[in-house]
Amino acid sequence: MKILVCISNVPDTTTKITFTNDNTQFNTAGVQFIVNPYDEIALSRAIELCEGGKGTVTVINVGESATEPTIRKALAIGADDAVRVNGTPRDAYFTAFQIAEYAKANEFDIILCGRESIDYNGSQVAAMIGEFLDIPSISIIKKLDYDGTTATIEREIEGGKEVVTVTGKFVASCAEGTAEPKIPNMRGIMSARTKPLTVVEAVAVDELAKVTKFETPAPRGTVKLINADTAEELIGLLHSEAKVI
Amino acid sequence: MSVLVYVEQVDGKFKKSVFEAVSYAKAIADSQSTNLTAISIGNVAEGDLKELGKYGASKVLNVANDQLKTFVNQAYASVIAEAAKKENADLVVLSNSFSGKGLAPRIAVKLKAGLVDGAVEIPTTEAGFSVKKTAFSGKAFAVTTLTSANKVIALNPNAFGVKENVVDASIESFSPEVKSTDLTAIVKEIVRATDKVSLPDAELVVSAGRGLKGPENWGMIEELADLLGAATACSKPVSDADWRPHSEHVGQTGIAISPNLYIAIGISGAIQHLAGVSSSKVIVVINKDPEAPFFKVADYGIVGDAFEVVPKIIAALKAHKG
Ligand SMILES: Cc1cc2nc3c(=O)[nH]c(=O)nc-3n(C[C@H](O)[C@H](O)[C@H](O)COP(=O)(O)OP(=O)(O)OC[C@H]3O[C@@H](n4cnc5c(N)ncnc54)[C@H](O)[C@@H]3O)c2cc1C
Ligand SMILES: Nc1ncnc2c1ncn2[C@@H]1O[C@H](COP(=O)(O)O)[C@@H](O)[C@H]1O
Repeated sequence: MKILVCISNVPDTTTKITFTNDNTQFNTAGVQFIVNPYDEIALSRAIELCEGGKGTVTVINVGESATEPTIRKALAIGADDAVRVNGTPRDAYFTAFQIAEYAKANEFDIILCGRESIDYNGSQVAAMIGEFLDIPSISIIKKLDYDGTTATIEREIEGGKEVVTVTGKFVASCAEGTAEPKIPNMRGIMSARTKPLTVVEAVAVDELAKVTKFETPAPRGTVKLINADTAEELIGLLHSEAKVI
Repeated sequence: MSVLVYVEQVDGKFKKSVFEAVSYAKAIADSQSTNLTAISIGNVAEGDLKELGKYGASKVLNVANDQLKTFVNQAYASVIAEAAKKENADLVVLSNSFSGKGLAPRIAVKLKAGLVDGAVEIPTTEAGFSVKKTAFSGKAFAVTTLTSANKVIALNPNAFGVKENVVDASIESFSPEVKSTDLTAIVKEIVRATDKVSLPDAELVVSAGRGLKGPENWGMIEELADLLGAATACSKPVSDADWRPHSEHVGQTGIAISPNLYIAIGISGAIQHLAGVSSSKVIVVINKDPEAPFFKVADYGIVGDAFEVVPKIIAALKAHKG
């Protein structure tokens, strides 16, 4: 079994988000980049499925050379090898196209993504890969079992879950629950340095979408404090002042 | 040119988020002086389809095909893309629901359309077709400009609101061919709690954190939520400890929500938590620590012990409701 896990390189979750160049660019100064937390979950599940010699896990990232430390982190967690498609991920269409091209040339049974990248929150890449390859895509899953041919998957729906089975190749985007994120151990970190990381060049694709400006949310007014002894006043305020109940 | 809106049915019914997507699509269609067509897939009664006219859909394509009763995104994407071609629609709008997130990217690839997901405002056209969307888990917004001829927008729940715009909806049946290769993913089971308000759609949310000490103390949280008709949510450590299900976890690595009211009880307000909830319209924070960072983004705050404060609020709410 061969599993391909798509890894995006995102700012650490504690990052204070600021912009430069008249709010047209994300300010990366001093920002630490990490493996997208959902991709860590996808990778951890892929490693579990391949345990005991049942298969191999390849991680793929579309990005510039600056993303290599993040790719090495994924190798340290336990991926067998890695691919970087050398290009600047502009829109999800570009990114998904590159991954689909690689997957066409290199035959994978399963392709796993995270539910969304925590920077642009697109939730787009996984289903786009599915469409480019004309195979099923299941978005926002929280459980994945695989018997070698058929996968049984739970996906999140509003107020519940749906159980889906797929036989044959598929793409899924993983959310919490799919696996406990694995933490790299010393051996993993050491071996990551020597695991293969192949670089391939991106294919030219038309650009369909681009971010032209960022905005930060308007600051809130100051908090109105209510005395705990008269906490019941809250209900009146929510009703007649805030008008939300 | 026209606008097509996909109206997602759940057990044959439309939810509020659908009327919101129709209202939003109608506003765009009006600004472009064009028509709005809706497409429904699955078995929906004629009366419910007609109701879409109330929000501005002048035509409804009804795909009643037994093979498509439950959602399979591959097949649904094919049907919607076919409908867009038939209607000569250059813009497809849908709700950014769990299913919508799986569907929109496939439609976009089929139509070679630029996609904006998580849209929060009507597009502007002064400098290219641009749509504001949430980014960095709610810590910022990104204005995305679509440069393609075809476009797809997935609208965030509660971002636009439901707006009436009554027209008479004509209903037309539509039966595109469905490829068997589009139906290989098989839905085995659907489990849905129908008595509860679902979190992503909820207008009111009551949320609690580690300050509640243990799962046995959630009774008052559920009672408050039930009285308000609110959904319940929690912080990450709470779902990590299995006090509450993962589906309730909000924040940067959980669900991002923007309800009208978010009540946070015993939650400190860590940056990753705020990321998913800070676009709520009104925030109430109940925390015994006056220094809790959550107070900085709150509209109303009560410094006190949740175990004393919440029962008081419940009693007041009961009195308020009479
Ligand atoms: C990569 C990453 C991603 C993360 N993603 C998320 C996420 O998506 N969502 C999320 O929520 N967190 C997330 N976190 C965790 C986040 O950093 C915080 O640890 C978490 O939000 C804290 O949860 P809490 O407020 O419930 O608990 P605590 O921080 O322990 O706060 C408990 C609060 O309860 C108050 N309290 C205690 N007793 C009472 C009482 N009797 N009455 C009233 N108040 C009381 C305390 O004063 C305190 O403020 C993430 C962390 C990382 C590293
Ligand atoms: N540049 C990238 N390289 C590889 N995989 C990516 C990239 N961007 C996004 N992905 C994958 O697609 C998922 C969803 O990303 P997005 O559609 O950007 O929200 C991520 O969790 C990754 O698994």
